[in-house]
Amino acid sequence: MQTATSKETDKEAVFRARGLSKVYRMGEVEVFALRAVDLELYQGEFVVFLGPSGSGKSTLLNILGGLDAPTSGEVVFRDHNLTQANDRELTRFRREHVGFVFQFYNLIPSLTALENVQLVTEISEHPMAAEEALRLVSLGERMHHFPAQLSGGEQQRVAIARAIAKRPDVLLCDEPTGALDFSTGKLVLEVLERVNRELGTTTAVITHNAAIAAMADRVIRVGSGQIVEVHRNTTKAKPDELVW
Amino acid sequence: MPALNRKLWRDLWHLRGQVIAIILVVACGVASYVALQNIYRSLIVTQKTYYAEYRFADVFAPLKRAPERLTARINEIDGVATAQTRIVANVTLDIPGLGEPATGQLVSIPEIRTPILNDLHLLRGRYIEAGHRNEVILSSGFSEKNNLHPGDTISAIINGRWTKLSIVGIALSPEFVYEIRPGDMFPDARRFGVMWMNREALGTAFNLDGAFNNVVLSFAPNANEAHIIERLDTLLTEYGGLGAYGREDQTSNHFVSNEIAELKVTSTMIPAIFLSVTAFLIHLVLSRLVSTQREQIAVLKAFGYTNLNIGVHYLKLALAAVTGGVILGTFVGWYFGYSMTALYAEFFRFPVLRYEMNPWVLATAVVISLSAASIGAIRAVQKAVALPPAESMRPEPPARYHASLIERVGLRKLFSLATRIIIRNLERNPVKATLTMLGIAMATSLLIVGFYFYDAIDQIIEIQFHQKFRHDISVVFNEPRPSRVRYDLANLPGVLRVEPYRAVPVRLRFEHHSRRTAIIGLEPTGELHRLVDSKMRVFTLPPEGLVLTTELAKRLSVKAGDTITLEVLEGKREIKQVLVAELIDELLGLGAYMDVKALNRLLNEAGTVSSAYLMVDANATDQLYKKLKSTPTVSGVWIPSVWLQSFNETIARTMGTSTSVIIFFACVIAFGMIYNGARIALSERGRELASLRVLGFSLNEITVMLLGEQAILTGVAIPLGYGMGYGICFLITKAIDTELMRLPLIVSNKTFALGFLIVCGAALLSGMLIRWRLRNLDLIEVLKTRE
Repeated sequence: MQTATSKETDKEAVFRARGLSKVYRMGEVEVFALRAVDLELYQGEFVVFLGPSGSGKSTLLNILGGLDAPTSGEVVFRDHNLTQANDRELTRFRREHVGFVFQFYNLIPSLTALENVQLVTEISEHPMAAEEALRLVSLGERMHHFPAQLSGGEQQRVAIARAIAKRPDVLLCDEPTGALDFSTGKLVLEVLERVNRELGTTTAVITHNAAIAAMADRVIRVGSGQIVEVHRNTTKAKPDELVW
Repeated sequence: MPALNRKLWRDLWHLRGQVIAIILVVACGVASYVALQNIYRSLIVTQKTYYAEYRFADVFAPLKRAPERLTARINEIDGVATAQTRIVANVTLDIPGLGEPATGQLVSIPEIRTPILNDLHLLRGRYIEAGHRNEVILSSGFSEKNNLHPGDTISAIINGRWTKLSIVGIALSPEFVYEIRPGDMFPDARRFGVMWMNREALGTAFNLDGAFNNVVLSFAPNANEAHIIERLDTLLTEYGGLGAYGREDQTSNHFVSNEIAELKVTSTMIPAIFLSVTAFLIHLVLSRLVSTQREQIAVLKAFGYTNLNIGVHYLKLALAAVTGGVILGTFVGWYFGYSMTALYAEFFRFPVLRYEMNPWVLATAVVISLSAASIGAIRAVQKAVALPPAESMRPEPPARYHASLIERVGLRKLFSLATRIIIRNLERNPVKATLTMLGIAMATSLLIVGFYFYDAIDQIIEIQFHQKFRHDISVVFNEPRPSRVRYDLANLPGVLRVEPYRAVPVRLRFEHHSRRTAIIGLEPTGELHRLVDSKMRVFTLPPEGLVLTTELAKRLSVKAGDTITLEVLEGKREIKQVLVAELIDELLGLGAYMDVKALNRLLNEAGTVSSAYLMVDANATDQLYKKLKSTPTVSGVWIPSVWLQSFNETIARTMGTSTSVIIFFACVIAFGMIYNGARIALSERGRELASLRVLGFSLNEITVMLLGEQAILTGVAIPLGYGMGYGICFLITKAIDTELMRLPLIVSNKTFALGFLIVCGAALLSGMLIRWRLRNLDLIEVLKTRE
């Protein structure tokens, strides 16, 4: 069994997970979503979690993001032990350190693009200006539009702007291109790559799309609740070079 | 079971919170309808059967004295089926354990039992025996209150002498269903009772041998009441006739019929409000359900289910919830009606007051509630079947929002993002917001209406017993006395102040309208009986002319400045023209007032009085009562505090009972409306709220965002509900406008405050339930799924 714990010590580990297991009880059957996973994510790296649906990658991401708690094992974010945190502390953790991007954008329909971003900047301590975040995702022109007036790709870019505006320590993206067509998807990936490069935000992307793996620093393959392979790209592909 | 029906059951289970709210609201509507309508119908049927079986008379005519042979001539009047003569006399009674004298009304019955008009229903004991002249049958209310039974004796002043009467039976009569002393407002079975006694014995005692002083008669088919009364009056004039009157003016019947009329109003108005709220709720819940099940509907249609199948499916859902409510409401209503009937049976003395579940009432309740549900459901169902399958299988596009009006006028900066979310949500779906708000407003208005009845009763008590009647007792003489009687009264033990007055029984006529009443001649400077109007303003009697209550004026079609005809129904039976000087807006009864001097002048009498108000030293009442009991010229004693007690035990009690039920129902509705509103908002915005939670918003922050909308709606709804409630109270004061009583339009601050507190309490409780659901919001699940 492979683990995603690297011997490299030159980079600081942002997340450190040990023996993570997650068991869902479905009636009388126990379903193992994660089986004793060890994992570290390092400062500034771009990691792609690759795996088919049901492999446990989303569960892993949710636990890292403080949305879910493991059945056993331990996750430490810097000096916070997430496994011992209560709901209030997890909320605070998400508010201060994590940016989320989801497959279905999850924008607030009653707020404009700008306001969706402001929603987050208002509750953060050192945010960038909401307008700046939108310019970063090339939406400077459409910031007063409501979600209903934006295309899917544009909505996802608003979601990314919303996630990065608070300058999070980590950006967790669950199938960010899953609901988008090829060219729009690439546009979104370009934004993610740019944020990672320019802001140095540790980025984890979950996908079942193997092509996306080429743009990562590290690729972690997940299957049946375990890490099956960790692969380090020697050269990272640019998003516009990706083909699927 | 077809799959669609299984889906129905699961949807019902899934929506159980809201289904329960609907069931409760429907149950309230059905229960109030079933209870009030059943009581209403029971009373009507009971009254009708009782009157028919015991031959309740159609016309009543008191007079001074007429020879027996006149009976034949009365029977000859066209339209008279049977006329019967009798002797009716009021006597003072000495009740063991009761300080003050009580009044007994002696009514003659034949020595040998034969069917008569106003026949007796013997409850216990036996009929009087021929030859035993001092035997009486007692009315049941009086016997109960005073613990008098067959075998006991009772003392009465008959013809100036204390006489012992022995009680042989206890009975009821259709003439005294509501047993009340003439001139009283409320029954007082402790101090007033009817006694039926041998005709011959009464004749001897009251010097009416071979004569009578009261006629009752029944109609032949197609009889003309006005015509018969006119003929009878003409016939009786020379015998001191005091004016014949029909059932409408018969005291007991008047009260019973008034109560029935009042029930008719409440049994329609209150359930109507409940059932419109039901339609509302169903519309809200189903609309939401249809939009969440958009894709399911598309799939069903794709598989070949017809619009009708689908429409019926959702309609069934509404009807299932309503059926639950109807069943619950029927049982609750039956029980509530049963208890109310028991209460009525205490002061409406029927041989049997049968309370039955009228199948028509039940059927109507079912039809009305199911129709209300269908009306509520129809728009939602239409929406469900209107979309072509392909379109509805696509997820609903993100809801369209725009900057709200307040923001567009440049106030955006004033609002936080959370507030903007709330305002835009409200603006985006104004219909839903309006409906929710109206629902809460309706619940508020019901609470206002419920508590209003208490306000009205308090106000009546305040006006009647604290502002108007300020005497401790009033004494009534057996016949008019010279005004110097005031000095005799002042010398009685404990009497602190005496204000004599003159009460004259009259018939007032204006054009083709006429009314029997009594004119009360008061001293304008009097303090013991003040005239106070419904707004609690003290009214000063004009030196000349008649003052009528607005109700009496309305019934005579008279206005201030008109001159009306006044027939005096005693003494020389003079007929006078008199000016209506002013009107006074009083709440109880149909009164007429005059300055006592003006009244004396009108009747050509010098300072004559018939009664007096007394202020009495509380420590000397026993002595005073003792003295009054042995004073034959005093025929009756009235005690306002006893009236108050009686008022509290009768009208206030029945009203209080139904009011507390209305208030309870209103609380249920307030909670049902508010909880549903919040619950629907939660299911519509659960995803958005979960996203916010993920972004790091705390439970409190998202609770505010969700419930802020409800709070604003509730905040707007409460004043609106105040207005609606006040409006309904106004309609009620117009609808409950019986001769006996009108309700003042007064809503106290306490009522408004209670309405506010209960609605806010309901909002708080639903808020807590919703917050509990928010706590359990599944963040991951929500993010994984498309809407």
